[in-house]
This record gives sequence, structure tokens and C-alpha cells, in this order.
Amino acid sequence: MFSEYSKIVKDGLWLNNQAFVALLGLCPLLAVSNTVINGLGLGLATTMTLVVSNTVVSLIRNFVPDEIRLPVFVLVIASVVTMIELAMNAWFFGLYKILGIFIPLIVTNCSIIGRAEAYASKQRADKAFLDGLSMGLGFTFALVTLGSLREIIGSGTLFAKAELMFGEAAKTWQIDVITDYSGMLLAILPPGAFIGLGLLIALKNIIDTKVEQRKPAHIQIPIQAAQEQ
Amino acid sequence: MNAIIKKTLSAAAILGGFSLLGLGLTSLTFHKTEAKIQENERQALLANLKAVIPESLYDNDIVNDTLKVTELTPDPTKPTVIYRARKKGEPVAAVMTVITPNGYSGNISLLVAVKTDGTISGVRTLSHRETPGLGDRIEIERSDWISSFDGKSLDEPHQSQWDVKRDGGHFDQLTGATITPRAVVGAVKNALLYFKHNQARIFSTTESTPEGGN
Repeated sequence: MFSEYSKIVKDGLWLNNQAFVALLGLCPLLAVSNTVINGLGLGLATTMTLVVSNTVVSLIRNFVPDEIRLPVFVLVIASVVTMIELAMNAWFFGLYKILGIFIPLIVTNCSIIGRAEAYASKQRADKAFLDGLSMGLGFTFALVTLGSLREIIGSGTLFAKAELMFGEAAKTWQIDVITDYSGMLLAILPPGAFIGLGLLIALKNIIDTKVEQRKPAHIQIPIQAAQEQ
Repeated sequence: MNAIIKKTLSAAAILGGFSLLGLGLTSLTFHKTEAKIQENERQALLANLKAVIPESLYDNDIVNDTLKVTELTPDPTKPTVIYRARKKGEPVAAVMTVITPNGYSGNISLLVAVKTDGTISGVRTLSHRETPGLGDRIEIERSDWISSFDGKSLDEPHQSQWDVKRDGGHFDQLTGATITPRAVVGAVKNALLYFKHNQARIFSTTESTPEGGN
């Protein structure tokens, strides 16, 4: 039982990471990952959407006939995103202004309808909830990693404009990683996002290969067999 | 046949039910957040206005003392807003929203505050899509270049000097970016000329939009 939940978490954060492995939601990922705070903001909004839409889809899965399930899922997701958009506009106004069009566009992030259709519509609500949370946090992890990379290389800072999310006290959070840095335009512009994402996926593959090599072969087989039962 | 109709109708009913539910929940959220969102926008506008004209200079409700004009934007179907600052009923300054299409990439939207004696109280960039790291130094957060307009007028420097240095004018360009500052200097100059020729009309018109506009 426990291993089932831990598998959901591992899948979401790493093994089936929506950005690094499934390569879903690339448009917002590439557009909004120019700073850590932007990435974190969009990541958390996406996570929120995934959690709510997955849970709702799972709860209603037995009342919705197969033929109309997709329109119903789209309705659920669109309503959730609209509510999150309004709430952000009300309580995170500065961040809302920066993320702009990418908040309503969460609707079109394929990983949300993807999780609803592929997972939540077939699973109990608690699992669907955990799946949404893990997939969302995995996506946030990708956004924040790419955001840090691009912010450091592009502007030489980290956590710039943190006050947009965490209030006035966070104004001092900005770290000047490289002082007197004139910036590197490539990292801030969209091509830098593509190159950065490519490098991060390559890094993830290297880590996965190293981990695989370190596993002694005779232990690996029983674990896999156990999982299949 | 009857079974198919029944199935279709029940599917339609379920879909309709979910639409109504979604609509209901979003309208509820809208009503709960509406006041807060309007207040946010008002505060953001006030903060922008405060940056170009000190609050001590006026005592009227500047957000609602507005005039819409079509001369300060390339798109006459979307008029821009002029906020009018008055003290004890007397005109003090006009804060003009100016849009110029001459930037490097898309429109640049500016807030230009001009006092009744024709001098600039302040200029701020509201929105732009200029190149990050180069043209974006027209933002006050990135460079104080935009403050070089403070206290200037069409006499100081002389109207013919309202250009960037590369074009033989008075104003510095930005390293690596000439088109952006050229567009901003041009837009501010246009705003000053508009103000000079229409001052009486700007302050006398009683037309006012209660929403305050964008």
C-alpha cells in the first residue's frame, strides 16, 4: 500500500516528470522560466490546478458517461483555472501582472488534461490527489531549476523580485550571484530556454544512467519482480 | 432508437449540469474577488501616478478626474487617458498616458506628467516589449535614464534639441540601444507639444470617466 503511494510521488517528481520526461507544457515552461520567482509562481499555480482538477475528475468519474468525459474534464479544468486566475489577481497582483497571459493559458497545458484522462479518471480520489500534487511539484521543480539556471546566467541574480510572491519583507532576498555582471541576453531570451532545458534533460539522463549502473544486478531483479505483483 | 435518444439526452443533461456548476462557481469567485481586484488596480495606478507627480501637489481625486484623447496613441479606436491634477480647483498638472509604436518591438506605453508651466514633473514606462538587458533600461527599476526628463520643457532644452545625442539632440541614448530611447524621447516631446497646444482644453473639459480607465 505504502509503496503504491511512494511510486506515485516518485513518478511525478522524477521518473515521469511532466517537463523533463513527458515534455508536456513546454510553452509556459519555456516562456516563464526566465527567473526563479516567475517559475515558482507559475509552477505553484499549475500544481494547484492539477490537484483540484485531478481530485474533481476522480470524484465525478463514475457519474460521467464515456462519450462526454472529455468535454466535462475540459469544463472542470477551465473553471478551476478561471478561479485561480481571479484569486491570483486579487491576492498576488504583482505576480499576476508578470505572469499575465500564462495564467489563463494553464488551461492549455497538456499535462493537466493528460493526467485527468490518463490517471484521475481511472483512480480513487486520494491517489488522484497525490498524483496531481506530485506531477505539479515535479513541473514546479523543472520550472524553478530552469529559472535559476537562466536567472544566474542571464542576469547574475537569484530570487529577484521575491516580494511579488512573499510580500515586502522578501525585497532583501535577492542574491547577487555575480556582482557587476552585464548579463547574457541569450539566457533570458526564448532560445536560452530551449538550450537550458536540453542541458537539464541531458543532466537528468546522465544521473539516471549513473544510478542504474550503481545498482548491483542481483538486487535489481527481485525488486522489479516484487513491483509487478 | 428510444434508448439512443434517452442516452443522448441524459449525456446532454449531465454536460449542461456541469456547465452550470462551473459557471456558478466561477461567478461566485468573481464576485468574491471583484472589489479586491479593483482596489489592486487603483493602488497600482496611484503608485504609478505618485512616481510622476508628488501627492502633495494636488488635492483632487485624480484617478477619477480623467479625459480620454486619441492624439497620443497610434490607434485612435483606443483612446488614452489623461489624469488631471488640481489643487483647490486650480489646474496643477496633467498626467498623460502616451503610446508610441516607434520602439524596437511593439508599442511602448508611457506616463508623462507635465505641470501647467510646461515643465515635466516625471516620466515612467508603463509597459514595453523592448529587448531585455538593452532597451529595458527605460524602466526605472533598471536605470535612472527615464529621470533625465525631470524638470525639462520645450524651452529647456530647446524644442529642436529634443532628440538623442546620436541624432544631434540633448538626450543620452542607452548603450547598445538607440531605437528605444529615440522612440521615448519622441513620444515625450509629442506629449509636451500636445500639452502646449491643448492646455486649455485638457483642463476645461468636464467629461470624466468614473472607471478611471486603463
